[in-house]
Amino acid sequence: MKVRDIALARSGDKGNRATLSVIAYDPADFALLERSLTVARLQAHYRGIVHGAVQRYPLPQLGAVHFVMNDALGGGVTRSLALDAHGKSLGAAILDLPLDGDGD
Amino acid sequence: MQAFRIGSGAGYSGDRIDPARDLAERGALNALVFECLAERTIALAQLRRSLDPDAGYDPLLEERLHAVLPACVAQGTTLITNMGAANPQAAGEAVLAVGRALGLPRLRVAVVTGDDVLAWMQAHDVPLMDSAESVRSLDGRLISANAYLGADALLPALRARADVVVTGRVADPALFLAPLMHHFGWPADDWQRLGQGIVAGHLLECAAQVSGGYIADPGFVDVPRLEAVGFPLAEVDADGRFVVTKLPGTGGRVDRLTCTAQLLYELEDPARYVQPDVVADFSGVRLREVGTDRVLVQGAGGAPRPDQLKVTLGYRDGFIGDGQISYAGPGARSHGELALAVLKHRLQRLGLDGQEHRAELIGVNALHGPHLGAEHEPYEVRVRLAVRAPTRVLAERVGQEVEALYLNGPAGGGGVTMATREVIAVASALIPREAVRPQCHILEL
Repeated sequence: MKVRDIALARSGDKGNRATLSVIAYDPADFALLERSLTVARLQAHYRGIVHGAVQRYPLPQLGAVHFVMNDALGGGVTRSLALDAHGKSLGAAILDLPLDGDGD
Repeated sequence: MQAFRIGSGAGYSGDRIDPARDLAERGALNALVFECLAERTIALAQLRRSLDPDAGYDPLLEERLHAVLPACVAQGTTLITNMGAANPQAAGEAVLAVGRALGLPRLRVAVVTGDDVLAWMQAHDVPLMDSAESVRSLDGRLISANAYLGADALLPALRARADVVVTGRVADPALFLAPLMHHFGWPADDWQRLGQGIVAGHLLECAAQVSGGYIADPGFVDVPRLEAVGFPLAEVDADGRFVVTKLPGTGGRVDRLTCTAQLLYELEDPARYVQPDVVADFSGVRLREVGTDRVLVQGAGGAPRPDQLKVTLGYRDGFIGDGQISYAGPGARSHGELALAVLKHRLQRLGLDGQEHRAELIGVNALHGPHLGAEHEPYEVRVRLAVRAPTRVLAERVGQEVEALYLNGPAGGGGVTMATREVIAVASALIPREAVRPQCHILEL
């Protein structure tokens, strides 16, 4: 099972930081999502893209885990050389992460 | 007390106009808000204004107003927008001109100014946020500096019973909070209700992103009739609780998933969403589906507003040259990789190899880099080379070298595109609240 089987993701930009929300289709899956999406796993998954610290905000009443990933957007939307300067496509990448217990 | 009905007519400056017209005509709205200013939009608008004193507001203002003003005026819907960009006064005159062209008997337009703090920023060397530098480091390159005004700056315009309120830089959610404060008489220190109002504004400000846009993942998240996705509205009660919904007959969906995705969109610490009017707390927000395409939103909190306002500074930051070419069929990837290797040598000859650049294959590693990128052999790839350059002429060489791959590169390259742009970048700083003086001017037909 992968994240995509139980959740959707949306990413956005804030300066040179990418924000990433992962939202369980069924709020009952929040605990599995929270267990699977550790800061360490995120950092490993986005290595080479996210160069700064990652903050994590679990939001059980929303069935969501929210992240702020620092130094992730090539200097920010307005000056980045990237094709996807906003990092809008970054959210899709997390959907491929295996859930906890399924091995990496 | 009846619910206050507030709609979202645009989520960015180029947004679709038909759904806004539909909302204006069928939404029975008290207010319709058009949020059209991205971070660097004002700097770009300021450059246009420097060439033409009547320019510098949203280029789609007239077209949008033609589409929605007749219904708004007929139904008493207040239209609120930041389409004034770098020239709210000229935008106000343009709104009057639209009213005249439509043959409206009367029209009152309020122009809110005071966000332009360029002179103050040039006189005070304050630190830049997220940077070790200060405003002085932008000397000679600074184009614009605009403070994020709050809802309080719009209240005089609403008290003057304006039909249309035109602003420059205002915090996006404040465009929605202002009519709620005005209508319900919420005190400026009622932090909890103001927090709820900010949640409403935040959910609505990106228009279709809460009503079925930007969420479809076929087979996992399906969206009915995405091609006809409707723009959202909120029905807000006097305590700030509200239902997000959309018009019957429109495409899209409004439910727990669409609202949660938008609630958290581009948020940093959910417990501290710093706004000019309040520090909103989204961490306790609860969403409940109360009908088809209806979500009840409650539980936001708030803490006292900050003493300083955020300022966005626009400045010139060199140029970017960009060139692309495609390869297909057997060996597409190896052709693309050879093209990139050739370009690397040619950049060296141009003296651009020390510059920041990206050399990548669209279809393989352009979006997510080599670690997450494709391992399989794609049928087609697109070479992309983007280079930061100090001058326009050097930036143009980048595209020219990619184009020259036609005759001087691997076999079978096609579909070259080239682009050069001046980079107008943004930085942020803080300004003391008392240094910002919002003003409101009334124009009448």
